[in-house]
Amino acid sequence: MRKLALNDEILLKIEKPARYIGNEVNSVMKDPEKVDIRFAMCFPDVYEIGMSHLGIQILYDMFNRRDDVWCERVYSPWIDLDKIMREEHIPLFALESQDPIKEFDFLGITIQYEMCYTNILQILDLSGIPLSACDRRDTDPIVIGGGPCTYNPEPLAEFFDLFYIGDGETVYDQLLEAYKENRKNNGARKGFLEKAAKIEGIYVPGFYDTAYKEDGTIAAFTPVNPHAKATIQKQMVKNLTDTYYPKAPVVPFIKVTQDRIVLEIQRGCIRGCRFCQAGMLYRPTRERNVEMLKKYACQMLKNTGHEEISLSSLSSSDYSQLKELVTFLIEEFKGDGINISLPSLRIDAFSLDVMGKVQDIRKSSLTFAPEAGSQRMRDVINKGLTEEIILDGAGQAFEGGWNKVKLYFMLGLPTETQEDMKEIPRLADQIARRYYELPKEKRNGKCQITTSTSFFIPKPFTPFQWARMYNNDEYIARAAIVKHEFNEQLNRKSLKYHWHDAEVTVLEGVFARGDRKLSKVIREAYRLGCLYDSWTENFDNEKWMKAFENTGIEIGFYNLRERRADEIFPWDFIDIGVTKEFLYQEWQRAKKGEVTPNCRVKCSGCGVMKYKGGVCVESKN
Amino acid sequence: MLKARIKFRKYGVMRFIGHLDVMRFFQKAMRRANIPIAFTGGYSPHMIMSFAQPLGVGVTSDGEYLDIELKEDIKFTEAVRRLNEVMVEGMEVINFVRIPDDKKSSGMTIVAAARYRVTLLESAKSADITRAFPSSWQTKLEEFMGQESIVVLKRTKRSEMEADIKPMIYQMEFREEGIHLFLAAGSEHNLKPDLVMESFVKFIGENPESVPFHYHRIDVYARGPKGTFVPLDELKLP
Repeated sequence: MRKLALNDEILLKIEKPARYIGNEVNSVMKDPEKVDIRFAMCFPDVYEIGMSHLGIQILYDMFNRRDDVWCERVYSPWIDLDKIMREEHIPLFALESQDPIKEFDFLGITIQYEMCYTNILQILDLSGIPLSACDRRDTDPIVIGGGPCTYNPEPLAEFFDLFYIGDGETVYDQLLEAYKENRKNNGARKGFLEKAAKIEGIYVPGFYDTAYKEDGTIAAFTPVNPHAKATIQKQMVKNLTDTYYPKAPVVPFIKVTQDRIVLEIQRGCIRGCRFCQAGMLYRPTRERNVEMLKKYACQMLKNTGHEEISLSSLSSSDYSQLKELVTFLIEEFKGDGINISLPSLRIDAFSLDVMGKVQDIRKSSLTFAPEAGSQRMRDVINKGLTEEIILDGAGQAFEGGWNKVKLYFMLGLPTETQEDMKEIPRLADQIARRYYELPKEKRNGKCQITTSTSFFIPKPFTPFQWARMYNNDEYIARAAIVKHEFNEQLNRKSLKYHWHDAEVTVLEGVFARGDRKLSKVIREAYRLGCLYDSWTENFDNEKWMKAFENTGIEIGFYNLRERRADEIFPWDFIDIGVTKEFLYQEWQRAKKGEVTPNCRVKCSGCGVMKYKGGVCVESKN
Repeated sequence: MLKARIKFRKYGVMRFIGHLDVMRFFQKAMRRANIPIAFTGGYSPHMIMSFAQPLGVGVTSDGEYLDIELKEDIKFTEAVRRLNEVMVEGMEVINFVRIPDDKKSSGMTIVAAARYRVTLLESAKSADITRAFPSSWQTKLEEFMGQESIVVLKRTKRSEMEADIKPMIYQMEFREEGIHLFLAAGSEHNLKPDLVMESFVKFIGENPESVPFHYHRIDVYARGPKGTFVPLDELKLP
């Protein structure tokens, strides 16, 4: 029988012991004596969040297909267990073998959002791995980061040995072979890192040096090791059909956030919204073959027993075989009590028809993400959605029996005026009016239009990477303008308004576009007790402000200035295929409110054509 | 309507999985094993499945039960085999029997008693390392059971109240492998084994916090035809 790392007394005292015992259906057990490489794959948040992440499931499956590798999982211990582990000096362990992370060859951490950075330090700390990569010895695991935040890894540079830039399916085999070879030759840690630095897409932060100008911006970023490349090329899977995808994902015992099968139908997005980082990073858009998706849907349902399947992509309506896939899923599974969920669909006749079939109209709500209230602002962000489309979609939905609508907007977008902000409540009101225009017998009581705003954060590798942000007070003032305007609307009783926290926005902004100097703020915040910062109940802004103060780092430098055209960004050494020239050109077009057509309408020459894949070669096949 | 009763064991690390999660586990297991389970009607159909008697977290068991409704017949040996193919370590299906199709035969309503084995642990840290009961406990246990009444504070979600649990203890005795408890269970009278042991430990003048036990459920029973107790899977079809 498996021996657990935590004793019964602890397991019976903490919340949800099932987070820490492993043993789930489809989790992979191997004999540690029979593998060459032990890989601990980590999502630095609580189990229920980490287990909901598709990327880890893909990599877990990919690694474990190799006989010489055993990949296991590890998540952040919740606060109750964190305290006990520190008091009783229990080292952090992997779920499958329950062995300490420190004994592993690799610790891979997926970095999905900025507010998990202190949790990364918790993982290292509880594992007994030195926080700074330069303090690690040959016996410590190689700490490697991946995921969206690694497109600007600089704030975390101090804590990682390696970063993997791009789709995980491509160069891990090379990296593992290099590791085995280095060990066979009794090579030291540095020797392996030098080998790794030669692999495409692998970035070794310790092999680079940053020089700063007097104003704090970067003067030069240069390799200081002969094996390090000046530019790191993003890795991309050209063919998403013939690659790794888990047929039997791990099934958790406890209810997790994404308690269903996730079928990734495509990667990338053709739309080119100027605020959207994913839309630039994952270019070109690549579809998976519909027959492959059907086959996987059947097998994954059979192997997991899940009762729900969800399609995943940045914009499902743009998937060319959507109709065929959705019709298949409904016909094949609806009778077996399998729910089908279709997020990120554009509202039109087809999607309303499909949604009417797969969900209870009376209970469900429709979601629109106009992102900005005025047409002018939507043109600035290149969101190809007009008021007419929104009102038409809502009108059709109301006629179909829906009466709940959710709307998502951003505040603080570049060039935003008071008038733009006030257009948000006015648009919500227009939608409500459309509902009340229906004859009374066709209505289903009152309608409920729920509007949420978040504050815009400029992200690396987007046309808005040059844009400025605002401070806390300014954000709150903008939300107040919107709130006030809501009260002026005719149908205000049918309208609800929520806005996101501004304090977290400010920090996310700093780390999204920050440089290496920020490592010490993260370390200081962690020292002061910051942890689980993405959880409202744990976020402590005062401690964060103290951390900036103690380290002498100015938030304003990162957030409150528009960057100059010729500024060297911390992430400029990464080549995602989309060129800086294209992004700058889009930044200029944005300021003039000029829209850029999507990839299928017209190639805008973003630069990603050099990968010769996906939508870039679609019409030429 | 075809109804079946599944008996399973829960042991090892699975003792840390709570009752609601065991239900979720079986819902998914039914699909993996392709058991022809029936669904309720309505817009969001769910499986027709009910569990007999929840088991506390930390407790192991050789006699857990759930009842399901089938939409078509399945050979019972086949059902056991298929279910065991999709179990995890710590969960084992040991029986699958047909039950009558009436409300009053359902596992929920007929439960009348449960049998437990209680072992004394070296420490609360491990349920696997037991130690022998002090020999003095034998007489003390007889004295305990010789009382007119055993009054304890019963805590529910809403209130606390004093109750005499003695009538609900059908049997409490020393055996080689541990203290043997046979207790009232079910919707009418229900007595948890830890409440009995806590009361006993207090009776002998010890602090319950410092005397760790492990609880193992041996089986769950219904009243048989002649008033005898019969394990839920051994009730004869009328």
